[in-house]
Formats: sequence, C-alpha cells, structure tokens
Amino acid sequence: MIRINCPYCGERDHSEFNYGGDATIKYPSLNSSEREWTEAIFFRKNIKGFQLETWHHSHGCRMWLVVERSTVTHEIKSVKPCHPDFQKVVENNK
Amino acid sequence: MTKFNAWNVIKNGLNGQSYWTRQWRDPEPKSSYDVVIIGGGLHGLATAYYLAKNHNIKNVAVLEKGWIGGGNAGRNTTIVRSNYMMPGNHEFYEHSLKLWENLSHELNYNVMFSQRAHVSLFHSPGAKDSVSRIYNIMRLHGTDAELWDLKTLKKKIPHLNYHNSRFPILGAAVQKRAGNARHDSVAWGYARAADTLGVDILQNCEVTGFTRKNGNIESIQTSRGIIKGKKIGFAVAGNTSVLWQMAELGNLPIESHKLQAFVSEAVKPLLDQVVVYGVGGAHFYISQSDKGSMVFGGDLDWYKSYAQRGNLPMVQDVAEAAMAIFPSLGRIRLLRHWAGVMDMTMDGSFFICKTPISNLYLNAGWNYGGFKASPASGWYFADLIANESPHNYVQNHNLERFEKGINIDERGAGPDPKLHG
Repeated sequence: MIRINCPYCGERDHSEFNYGGDATIKYPSLNSSEREWTEAIFFRKNIKGFQLETWHHSHGCRMWLVVERSTVTHEIKSVKPCHPDFQKVVENNK
Repeated sequence: MTKFNAWNVIKNGLNGQSYWTRQWRDPEPKSSYDVVIIGGGLHGLATAYYLAKNHNIKNVAVLEKGWIGGGNAGRNTTIVRSNYMMPGNHEFYEHSLKLWENLSHELNYNVMFSQRAHVSLFHSPGAKDSVSRIYNIMRLHGTDAELWDLKTLKKKIPHLNYHNSRFPILGAAVQKRAGNARHDSVAWGYARAADTLGVDILQNCEVTGFTRKNGNIESIQTSRGIIKGKKIGFAVAGNTSVLWQMAELGNLPIESHKLQAFVSEAVKPLLDQVVVYGVGGAHFYISQSDKGSMVFGGDLDWYKSYAQRGNLPMVQDVAEAAMAIFPSLGRIRLLRHWAGVMDMTMDGSFFICKTPISNLYLNAGWNYGGFKASPASGWYFADLIANESPHNYVQNHNLERFEKGINIDERGAGPDPKLHG
C-alpha cells in the first residue's frame, strides 16, 4: 500500500485516492496548431523515476493533489494541493 | 540443434539422452548485423524468426538485457483470442490466432496451444447487445464467434455462481478457437527456431546508449560492447519510453502501468475454458493451467509504475471478483502473484511503425494483450523492417494516428492509458 499524506486529511492509504496522471501538462492556447494539441493530449514523458502527478482524494476530502512520487520505488517526496491558492492556505496554516 | 521427432526421442532414449544439443547457442556479439532487435521477449524473438524465415534476413541479433523468458514473456496469463472489432485490429489478431494454430509445427516445439474456448460472461441486456455487436462484426470478417444462452452455459460450466442477484449471468459471448498456450514454450520455441536459422540471441546484453550519425543510429552501446546495426528495431514493451528517450526522440503516447497476475496451488481439473467476468468496476479472467493451477488476473494497479511488483488493493479486488463468479475457489491458496509492466497507450492499440529516425523501427504499446499478439507482431514487424512499408493491417498503427484523429480505440475510453484494459 502506498501511503499519501493528504494536506487536508493526514496520511491515508492510496486506495482512498484515484490516480490522475502527469501533473506537468500545460494545454496550449486555443489557436495553437494541431501538432501542439496532439502533444499535450496524447504524448507523455512517462518518466522512470520521480515525477509530479495528480491524485484525487475521492474517498476523503475530494480535493486534487500534486504528488511527487517515484515510479520505480513508489517513494513519495511531497504532497501539495493542486490549486496554488490552496497551497498558500496550507502553508499559512502550518 | 537436434530436431524433436519420434525417431530422436527413441534414439536418445536408448543413448541415455546424451545426444540432445542445446536449444540455442550463446554466441559472442559480432561487431555488426543487418538487423538488431532490442528486446528478447516474445515479440523480439518472433520478429527475428520471421525476418529469417519470411524475408531471408539472417544476419540478425536479438539483444536481451536479462534472460530469455524472464521479462513479460513470463508475466502474463497466456490467453490467446482474436475478439477485436476495429479495422486493422481484427485482421491482425485473427492472423495471429491462425499462426498460433500451427505454431507448434512451425517451430518444431510444443507450445501447448489449447483451443479451449474463451467465454465472456454478460450480465445485462445492454451488455448482451454491446457484445453481440462486436461478435457479429467478428463473424462478418470470418472469425468464429457465438453467443451461448444460459442453458448452454450452465451445461458447459455448471459451477459458476448463477445465483448472483446483483449481477445475474444471462449468457456468454464465446470464441471457441481461442484458448491458452504455454508461455515459456513460446519464448523457447521462437528462440530455438530463430537460432537455427542463424539469428544471434545475446542475453545479459543491456542497451546503455546510442551513437547517431547523419540522423541515423550508427551503433548501439551495450553491456557487452558496441554493436552496429544497419536497421534497428525496438521491441521492449513496458520500457519503450526509456529507450525512446535514450535515443533522444522525446515523448510517446504511452504510459507504463503494472498488471498483476495470480497462480493458485494445483487442483484437479476444474475449468475447461477461459472465463472472463467484467461488470461495473470488476474485471476478472481465469483459466486452469496444464499443471492444475488456477491462473487469473484483473485490472491494472491504476497508477503509473515501472515496478514489477503488485499492490494489495488489486489483490483484494481480484479475490472479490473470483468469489463473486467462482465461489468454489474460496478455500484455494495462492502460490504466487507478480506484476508485469505494460505499455498502456492513449487509445489501447499497439504500434508497429517507422520512427523519426530512418533506420529505427518501433514495436510497442501492447497494453494488456501482448501475449496473443506475439506471432503476428513478429510477422508484421519483420515485414515492415524488410519491406520498408507497413502492411495494410498495420498501416494506421503508427504514432501519427492521434494527430490525424484516426485513433484505434476498441473501448472508446479516450486518451487515458490506464482505462484501456
């Protein structure tokens, strides 16, 4: 079991969460080329090692999180709220 | 290599089994080859075999970082079927199934292919309609497919749980020519047959880098020295992205996920078919091996991973699915379970295609279904490498299909690799 330290709820089993995917994807502007949109939607780095990824605490607070996790050892380095404003709130409340 | 036939069995029986030669050589790497296939799994070995057999290209090396049969060739549930409906896919998998039907003779090696029928249960009128559509498409293309009503199903497999009130079994979609094969035999059979035709199988030979020249890959750095190849093929599903980035080619429409499989202790003959149960969140497939073990599996672990070990929530899910459909398994003990790393693609279909590097060819993205595909995968990948243009069946199985909007999405699940089970 992977244990994810949710900034809102505390440390929980990963079975409470749903895996989202690559957290570094940035969608291009609406008038970008077909090629750029294809890259953003379909093409992935598929990192072997530490990556930033999203998880949804669907059986908890239902918040989206950004997790830095190794895809080889499953070790987790950091867990933060997805939204930058929530990140600030969590930081201030520490 | 000593051929397997009745005469040699008798002769060696009288000679204390002393005249058998080894199955394949253990050669030192040559400095250069016409074709170098990276990846000594079923797909790589099959490619090398068909390059030599169909295209007379025999100066071929297969580079394997571990040992033959030690990767995903040994991490599957050995199911062979061709129940696909998308253009390209159904022709491809049907050809694969036809190759399976003659594979033991072709390779002079018993791959224990057993056409015991693949039985997909359905549990609602909607599911029946949906599967009828797919199986009708299969029939229109000459693949065998039929529907079993409840009466037939009860007669064939009497010990399923027919009293499940939440998901009552209404019948099954059946492909009778589908079944199982023995995974190790397929790997060994292809390795032995390819070696006999002159292919060098280089084990413990890990690729560590590429040297580029004039846009091409000139040579490959490996743990056993530098090897040149006029043409180079990747057949390393699970780790395709790693090699792809080693060649500085950027991103791929692939994520690596792990899929678990389970083997129980051996029991007396219990199940004559491959049974698939898929409803709601559950996905479960089971068959019985020749040794008597129940071999079964379920879904991915749902998060991206290169680790070849599974996690416990999926063990529980699979056990629950097993009990829902096969309550008589309740007291059976697991012998072992493992996980293999899958190339999960953005539309659930594979790639056999050219790449931005003119002497590099790609075979990747096999999702859950690489085992059954291996003969045709080798066949059409060899065809692509030898003839420089893809066969009709795989003409859209390339990296450009996403930009063109011609995704080959059997499930209609969209661009999320983990959903293409």
